[in-house]
Amino acid sequence: MKILKERQKQIYHKGSSQHELLCDKKSLSGSVSQRACAFCGSRVVLYPITDAVHLIHGPIGCAAYTWDIRGAQSSDSQLHRLSFSTDLQEKDVIFGGEPKLYNALTQLIDTYHPKAAFVYSTCIVGLIGDDVQAICKRVSKEKGIEVIMVESEGFKGTKKTGYQAACDAVYQLIGTGDISEVPEVSINILGDFNIAGESWIVKRYFESIGIKVVATMTGDGRVDDIRKAHGAKLNLVQCSGSMTHLAKYMERDYGIPYIRVSFFGIEDTSAAIYDTAKFFAVESIVEEARQLVSKEVSGVLPSLRKIQEDLKGKRAALYVGGAFKAFSLVRALRMLGMQTVLAGTQTGDQDDYKLLREICDEGTVIVDDSNPLELARFCLEKDVDLFIGGVKERPIAFKLGLGFCDHNHERKIALAGYEGMLNFAREVHASVMSPVWDFVPRRSGRNKE
Amino acid sequence: MIKPMNTTPSCAIGDSYCPATRKALPDATQNACKLCTPLGACLAFAGIRGCLTILHGSQGCATYIRRYLISHFREPMDIASSSFSEEDAVFGGGRNLKRGISNVAEAYSPEVIGVATTCLAETIGEDVPAILREYKIELPEGAPNPLLVHVSTPSYSGDHSEGFHAAVKALVEQLGRCEEMGVHVNVMPGMVSCEDIRHLKDVLKSFHLDDVMMPDYSDTLDGGSWDEYQRIPQGGTSLEQIKRTGSAKASIEFGSNFSKRGSAAISLESQFGVKRHSLPMPIGIRATDAFFDVLEELSGLKTHDDFIKERSRLVDSYVDGHKYLYGKTAAIFGDPDMVVSIAGFLSEIGIKPIICATGSKCEDFTGAVQSNLVKEQCDIFCLSGADHAAIAETCRKAQPDLLIGNSKGYPIARELGVPLIRCGLPVHDRIGSQRILHLGYRGTQRLFDQIVNMILDTRQDASDIGFSYL
Repeated sequence: MKILKERQKQIYHKGSSQHELLCDKKSLSGSVSQRACAFCGSRVVLYPITDAVHLIHGPIGCAAYTWDIRGAQSSDSQLHRLSFSTDLQEKDVIFGGEPKLYNALTQLIDTYHPKAAFVYSTCIVGLIGDDVQAICKRVSKEKGIEVIMVESEGFKGTKKTGYQAACDAVYQLIGTGDISEVPEVSINILGDFNIAGESWIVKRYFESIGIKVVATMTGDGRVDDIRKAHGAKLNLVQCSGSMTHLAKYMERDYGIPYIRVSFFGIEDTSAAIYDTAKFFAVESIVEEARQLVSKEVSGVLPSLRKIQEDLKGKRAALYVGGAFKAFSLVRALRMLGMQTVLAGTQTGDQDDYKLLREICDEGTVIVDDSNPLELARFCLEKDVDLFIGGVKERPIAFKLGLGFCDHNHERKIALAGYEGMLNFAREVHASVMSPVWDFVPRRSGRNKE
Repeated sequence: MIKPMNTTPSCAIGDSYCPATRKALPDATQNACKLCTPLGACLAFAGIRGCLTILHGSQGCATYIRRYLISHFREPMDIASSSFSEEDAVFGGGRNLKRGISNVAEAYSPEVIGVATTCLAETIGEDVPAILREYKIELPEGAPNPLLVHVSTPSYSGDHSEGFHAAVKALVEQLGRCEEMGVHVNVMPGMVSCEDIRHLKDVLKSFHLDDVMMPDYSDTLDGGSWDEYQRIPQGGTSLEQIKRTGSAKASIEFGSNFSKRGSAAISLESQFGVKRHSLPMPIGIRATDAFFDVLEELSGLKTHDDFIKERSRLVDSYVDGHKYLYGKTAAIFGDPDMVVSIAGFLSEIGIKPIICATGSKCEDFTGAVQSNLVKEQCDIFCLSGADHAAIAETCRKAQPDLLIGNSKGYPIARELGVPLIRCGLPVHDRIGSQRILHLGYRGTQRLFDQIVNMILDTRQDASDIGFSYL
């Protein structure tokens, strides 16, 4: 299977490649990139804000494909799971979509009484010249809630561009709430989206050691919490790609420092808890963190050990959106006794890949902005037992008879924290150890030899 | 007492674990009952042998559509994109499209590339046919040279259903040839499942009719396990067959009467004089009889005994189950062709279709529904251009006993505590959507059994006694 010439530099074999991995570039036309667009990035970040109306201004597709497909949970309002669109028609494209946008917005606000509204610009809105900003301002004034425009025209770039637009939008809420009651020892968690209740798991850890979580952005997100986020003393940035931008704003304007963390895997979760506890330099908190980690780890280790025995020496491929998740996964897989032989991301940058190279074993293939043909080729070359990715990668794995673990936003199983690690191990185990592989051509052929 | 299964989640409007729309709104589409136009084109092109689709637009369009179709079919769905950038949006994306086509040609070695547009390309006024002509002229000697089929599918005009029919039409118009009339028959099944297509092929075979299925994704989107990655899944209607659509003895098309741009069968009739038989999707005895009648006429053969028996068993089961069904009411939603046919089928078995809804904007949808019923029915809500807010609102009012449609009806089914019979597209909360058989006597039998059993299920679960013998 041929690799397109223009893509060759975006593939790196640790131990044998001489070139630097090329990344952070626009997808090659016609290459069936696994990436999405700027709109997708914005939508992914803002979706879990549950008590806001999310109105997608454009033709129907963008709204239809993002209707209730994610595992982002809410403890209360389920408004975020509805899909709202101006569903622009030909005449709107010709004469402008502003009247429809105004009407749709006011009707939705009157019906659902949200705390705020986000209006997403899609590709053609950017082209037909609707003054979305002006409509937002007008409705905001009339209805007395924030109505925030998200500049998420798809063609503006990759998900990363959309993440920035989302951060810009969220930032308009920050600083608008009263922080007089926010305690001294308090944090925000950025870049956790409460997939399958993950924010709750993480929040519980912190609150059990006396650290108040002011706002999770955006998992189980509440407009009023986000307004008060500037009262927190520290920002934890998970999913570095999506939210670092926001953390930097808050550092610049409110002097709130941030640390990068990950809650995937035992090592990373423990490091995140320790780093946070140490930041506050309160002995009792550090001590409680130690106890928490020790209790949680000992709670899951016996079960993990059993799973390790089965998984030892199995090979994994992973292809995920952001690099931080890739690092955590390589480490988590190693903990399970598995080796990562193929690792890639949609949107990693030079620094990310440098680190990824360092933590991967010799012989690992590293790919940037890959596509089904390349991923399939390397999976077969490396004879992997498990593929970790999202729904777009799933059929590549399944058609070739490989185990698969969904590690994307659509999953319904919590993979964060200690219990998440156990869930992850069970997921991986259930897929890798299934007896069905005996029947797939790739393996049955081998068994015949 | 065991809690009744289907009524457990008592779900009032706005209940925190059931995301429900409140009411339909005139200017906001809430929970659309349709997908976008290029998705339909991608699905149609997936049924052509050696064909890969490139979408002329932003990267996200291709990726979203891939993801959505994968969630239904659980099969690889490679769709390329010309990956518009901001510059392309301003200065035109022609160069990028040409580059994309040449990259697809190199990486996938396709026989055909389906080029579908998105709202972005259409809004900036891209002249895709001209770009494709230029591409062919500029093509270096010896470079791979697949056929290019273009279809215009802006999502601000029409929906996935229209995109599907438009792509099928573009294929026969651009590739169909007029030759001496053959004995083969074109079949335009509409958006049906892989199992439906397989069944239709079996039926035609039983009449010794050579079929050209337009399109045939029965293998490409429901294939076996692989030992090596297939760049383009095997199967599909070959180019040779598509060429022959122009010389077929007849075309049989199901539904597609709603398509504002005409249909493949209409084009073939006007372009090459291929006789067109336009039928409702064969769901229910009358609609399937009509289909078999046409096949008898075209083949000069009587229906094979196997199908006579299938029909006879179906009639027998109608009788066995009729008491459980009489007077029950149903809401049907989804793609218009399927909704209309299922309504007809329900009216045959004593269930009243009280809500028939589609997201497509169809001319005289009510007329189409009514004309398929056993007899005209006055208490029926026919909603065309509806979203799920309108459907939910109408369901709350009319309180149907069951829902028939795709997975997107789950929230309202749950809210009302009634069963949802899954069919159509998307079915992405269950496995095996590709293998749901809807068509023919056999598909009707399957649907019938499922409906009766769902009703028995609900009754049994709701009963305080819970007899194991019904």
